[in-house]
Order: sequence, then structure tokens, then C-alpha cells
Amino acid sequence: MTSPLEQKKIKITGPSVVTANRTWDGIVIYRTARQDWSAKLSDAAIVRTSDDARALLAESAADDVGAVGAYIAPVEIKEGGKIKPGNLREHIRLQGVTIDLPVPA
Amino acid sequence: MYAYDELDRTLINERVEEFRDQVKRRLAGELTEDEFKMLRLQNGVYLQLHAYMFRVAIPYGTLSSKQLRQLAHVARRYDRGYGHFTTRQNIQFNWIKLAELPDALADLAEVGIHAMQTSGNNTRNVTSDQWAGVAPGEIEDPRIWSELLRQYTTLHPEFSFLPRKFKFAITASAHDRAAIKIHDIGLRLHKNAEGETGFEVLVGGGLGRTPFIAKTIKSFVHGRDLLSYVEAILRVYNQYGRRDNIYKARIKILVHELGIEKFAREVEDEWQEMRDSDTALTLDDAMIEDIRSRFSYPAYEKLPHMPEELKTAAHDPLFERWRKNSVFMHKIQGYAIVTLSLKPVGGPPGDATADQMDTLADLADKYSFGEIRVGHEQNLALPHVARRDLPALWKALDKIGLATPNVNLVSDIIACPGLDYCSLANARSIPIAQELTRRFANHDTANLIGRLHINISGCINACGHHHVGHIGILGVEKNGEEFYQITIGGRADENAELGALIGPAVPYGEVADVVEDIVEAYLALRARPDELFVDSVKRLGVEPFRERVYATR
Repeated sequence: MTSPLEQKKIKITGPSVVTANRTWDGIVIYRTARQDWSAKLSDAAIVRTSDDARALLAESAADDVGAVGAYIAPVEIKEGGKIKPGNLREHIRLQGVTIDLPVPA
Repeated sequence: MYAYDELDRTLINERVEEFRDQVKRRLAGELTEDEFKMLRLQNGVYLQLHAYMFRVAIPYGTLSSKQLRQLAHVARRYDRGYGHFTTRQNIQFNWIKLAELPDALADLAEVGIHAMQTSGNNTRNVTSDQWAGVAPGEIEDPRIWSELLRQYTTLHPEFSFLPRKFKFAITASAHDRAAIKIHDIGLRLHKNAEGETGFEVLVGGGLGRTPFIAKTIKSFVHGRDLLSYVEAILRVYNQYGRRDNIYKARIKILVHELGIEKFAREVEDEWQEMRDSDTALTLDDAMIEDIRSRFSYPAYEKLPHMPEELKTAAHDPLFERWRKNSVFMHKIQGYAIVTLSLKPVGGPPGDATADQMDTLADLADKYSFGEIRVGHEQNLALPHVARRDLPALWKALDKIGLATPNVNLVSDIIACPGLDYCSLANARSIPIAQELTRRFANHDTANLIGRLHINISGCINACGHHHVGHIGILGVEKNGEEFYQITIGGRADENAELGALIGPAVPYGEVADVVEDIVEAYLALRARPDELFVDSVKRLGVEPFRERVYATR
């Protein structure tokens, strides 16, 4: 899972979303088509071309107060339109750690 | 313990209020993230996968029970009820909210704890031997010098914008428990031929993408000259260190590219000039004594080495098993140093819950003069335990899961948080460590294997110090999948070496099998039962282990 912090050129090869962390508490959020953020991946705006990805990222990055570190992340669109993270890193960001926490939530 | 004075307390409290204002301005949109990032980093605040991560310094690994209780409070009040002890005597909280961070910092400041310079391109937490002040044969307590360096480098304007981060480690024992050879500056206290105490100064050690073992730049620097000499090193680094390429910015690259002789000449020239023009950096005995006087030491009793309580408990095989690998010689007769494993079978290495911390603080008050230590191996220690109290302490530790009898054994694994938490990671570390602790859970087997250190890093930044693990495991990414490179023969002690790669990376699901293969090869190949794994690798080289691992893969 190459860190998206090293993301330099924007070139997508499949459906993607823009994700970031919410500024005040750091939780994972996704850019929606309503020019807003949501903690649900199902609310995310899906882009399928590099131009659209660049535009969505630019719009997202403009919200410097609400979100930190916006970047483009791959997703998979499953049957029925369900959106799934496109790699393990994004899976962990969405679902949480893959281990039991020392203190159960 | 070191007692803070009014100046220390004022500095920490002012820093909290300064950061409170910065956070307020950030949340109000008056500071952009670009402007704020450096400010938060200088206060130990990172942004990780799921949340902000807050790294708190435990200078030279010494904590009071009061401070440990406050860490427990922060874990419970602002985080998810636990903390993660790191390889550099810090504790990290993984789920902190930015908006609540100033309050957490203020709570920590009440007990003299802070997060200054636990991140950023400055001098980081000064680390030391976790047995400092109690280790038999120690030249003197290295924490006096650690504290001196801490005070000198904290918020030092000349060292606040270095080319890259900068780490000090200090030891005063022949056996290096502080891993000084993998630090930017490593200091070893020793005596010269005249019987004077001073430092061997090592420079340019470090792991990460380009690992180097530190080289000796000067074999003896008198204590009075310590500050001027390290300042000369930092000045040369500040002047010549690269700022154009983050991967080549550490001092280890400069030392490597200039060569240690040329680097040493540059430092010597700078030092001679400074010494003549700036005598303020020369430490007089009164200054050193002032620091020394603010360290308090327990009023030890005169106690027997083998009290009745210990003789009786020796009949209990479970107690004996724990005692043999967790209890170590103390400089005072009748006392012991007790290492507490934070590596339970199936648990994340280095994690402690708030409840464990609270109970341990009580046990420290009862059995260790209220003092706790943190080691770079991600374990804790009680440094002043009367040997007569060992059986009672063991029972109490066992109740809270801190008596796992695996210290220095194969399941005493060092691991970074990896891809479960870290935004830089390529692969997971913790689940690999958990699986290995389960594979080697049998104590008899682990004891048969003997001392063996496994280190795991989830990326090339090497926070798990994989390069210097007897067995090192490095997570990499291949076509979107987690793979792991395995090295053997590394070590982080006074004979520090970098491990050698045994072959192609293996997938996530095979790592534990590969480690088992390596260990089985060692058991078959070792010259004697007491030849340590790392010594067998030194004698035999990588090849027999490579053959064993890859013959059927």
C-alpha cells in the first residue's frame, strides 16, 4: 500500500473517491457530490477520469478548515452499486484496525 | 527522579497555552494546515490513518507513579483507554481529537510531562539506559547528562530547524541497553587513563531507508566540554546537512558522504573556535552538581541477597520461570531491577491499558519507591524492588497481565504500529507480531531457543528497528499485497550490526512459517546450547538459513 502521501501525479485507472481526515477530530471522511464531507464511503462522489479526479481533489483541498490531507483513493463498485475500498490501506481507514484493541470500544 | 524547578514548570505551562491558541486559530480557519502542521509536529501531534496521534516524551525513560497515573488518565479521558510505548522512550496515543489536545497537554503539564520536540526537525527526546542509576558497574548515572542535554536542546533556536530530526542516546554501562550506535549522536560514559569521566562520542548512526551504524568521532570528551562538543557537531550538520532531499537529510548521510575523518576535522575546527570564543558552553562543576542535586535516589535498606520469601517462592516453578528472565541484578544488595513484559501472547507489542498503568503506579509506590522506567524494547521496568518483595510483586503483576515470562526471548518482539495505524506504513506489523507470539508461546521452546530479538517495521522508515533485529522483518508492498523482507544477524547493543537479507520477500501469510524455519535451522546448527542465535549467524553467515527457508518455497 504505497502511501498516498507520496501521491504526486494524478492518474486514476478506475473508480476513485477523495478522502481526508476531519480537522477537529481527525476521523476519516469522504468528499460528497454536494461539496461536503461524510464519514460514510457510500456518500462519496465517485470519479472515473483523471480530469474529474483532479477537479474533485482541487475542490476538496480548498476546504482547508474542514479537512486535512485530502487525496484520491481507489474504490471498487460492487453489484448493486455498493462502494468498497480499493486497497487494504483504505479498507483499514474505513473499517478500523485489523486487530482487537487492548480496550474494547 | 528529577524534580522540576519553577522555570521548567513555567516553560511547560506557557507552551500549553501557546499551543491552545494555535489550535484555536487552526479550528477557526485563521491558520492553514500548511501553517499549522509544523506547529503541531513540534508538539508531538501527527495525523495518522484514523485520527491524530499524540506522542508524549518520557525523558531518559524515567517516570514517577504520579506521572504514570496521569498518562492513564489521558488514555482514559481523551483516547481509547490505552497507550503505546515506543522504541524511543515515548508513549503514543492513537485516537486523540485535535480540539481536546490542549486540555490533554495541560493535564500532563500538571505532572511535568510534555510533548515538545517529539516530532519535527529538531532535537528529539534524549534517551538513555532504562537501568540508569541502578545498573551494577555503571560509571555514573547517565540521566544527569541526559537531563543536561534535554534542558540545553529544548527550544534551542539554533536546533529547532535542523535539516532533519536529531536523536541523542546515552549509556554509562559496558553493555549498551540504549542502542546508542543507531542514534545521530551516541554518548558512552567511560573513564580515561587518568581516571577522569568523559564521553566517547559516536555520530551518524540511524536506520530508515539508508541504515548506518554510528562511528566514533572522538574517543574522549570531558564532561565539562560535552555541550560545546555536541553543539559543534550540530553546527556542522546545520551548515552542511542537505535540505533539498528528505531522504538524504539526516546527519548519517553527511557523515557518510564526507567521511568520518573529514567530518571530524570540520567539527574539531568548529569546536576549537567555539571553545575560545564562547566559554558559556563550558560546564563548571557547580552546574553539573545543580542538575545532579535535583535527582533524588531511594533510601535503600540493608537487605539480604537471598531473603526467606525468595527461598520459599523458589519452589514455585511458575515464579522461578518469571524470575529467571524478568529479574536482574541491582547495584544495591537485596534489591532487583524487574522488567515488565508488554508482549503478552497475542497482544500488540508495547501497548498498556489505562487500568494496567494505574495498578502499576500503585505497585511502583508499594515496591519501587514510586518509580517506573521505559525501555527502547517497548517494555517497562521497576528499578528498585527489594528482593524479598519479588514473590508478592509477581502475583500482583500476573493479575494485570504484566508478568509474561518472555523478556529477551523470541516472543519479546519490538514492532511499530504498522499499517493498522500509521499513514506512512506499507504493511501491517502488529498482526505479524501477534502470530509470532502465538507460535512461540510455549515457554520451554522459547527457553530452549534462548535470547532472540525479533524486530518488525511496517515500512522502510524502520520505527521497529528491523535492521538491528536478530531477525528483522520489513513490510513492503508488491502489487497491492503485503510482503515482508527478512534479515538476520542484526543487533542494537555495543556490538551493533545491520542484519543481512536472506532472500526474496515473502507474503503476509508465510512470515511466521519463515521465522519458524529460521529458528529450527538455528537449533540444528548452533555449536552449543548456549550459542545465541545472533552468534550462530555471525559464525555461519546467511547461507544455511537462506537454504532452509527457500528450499521448499
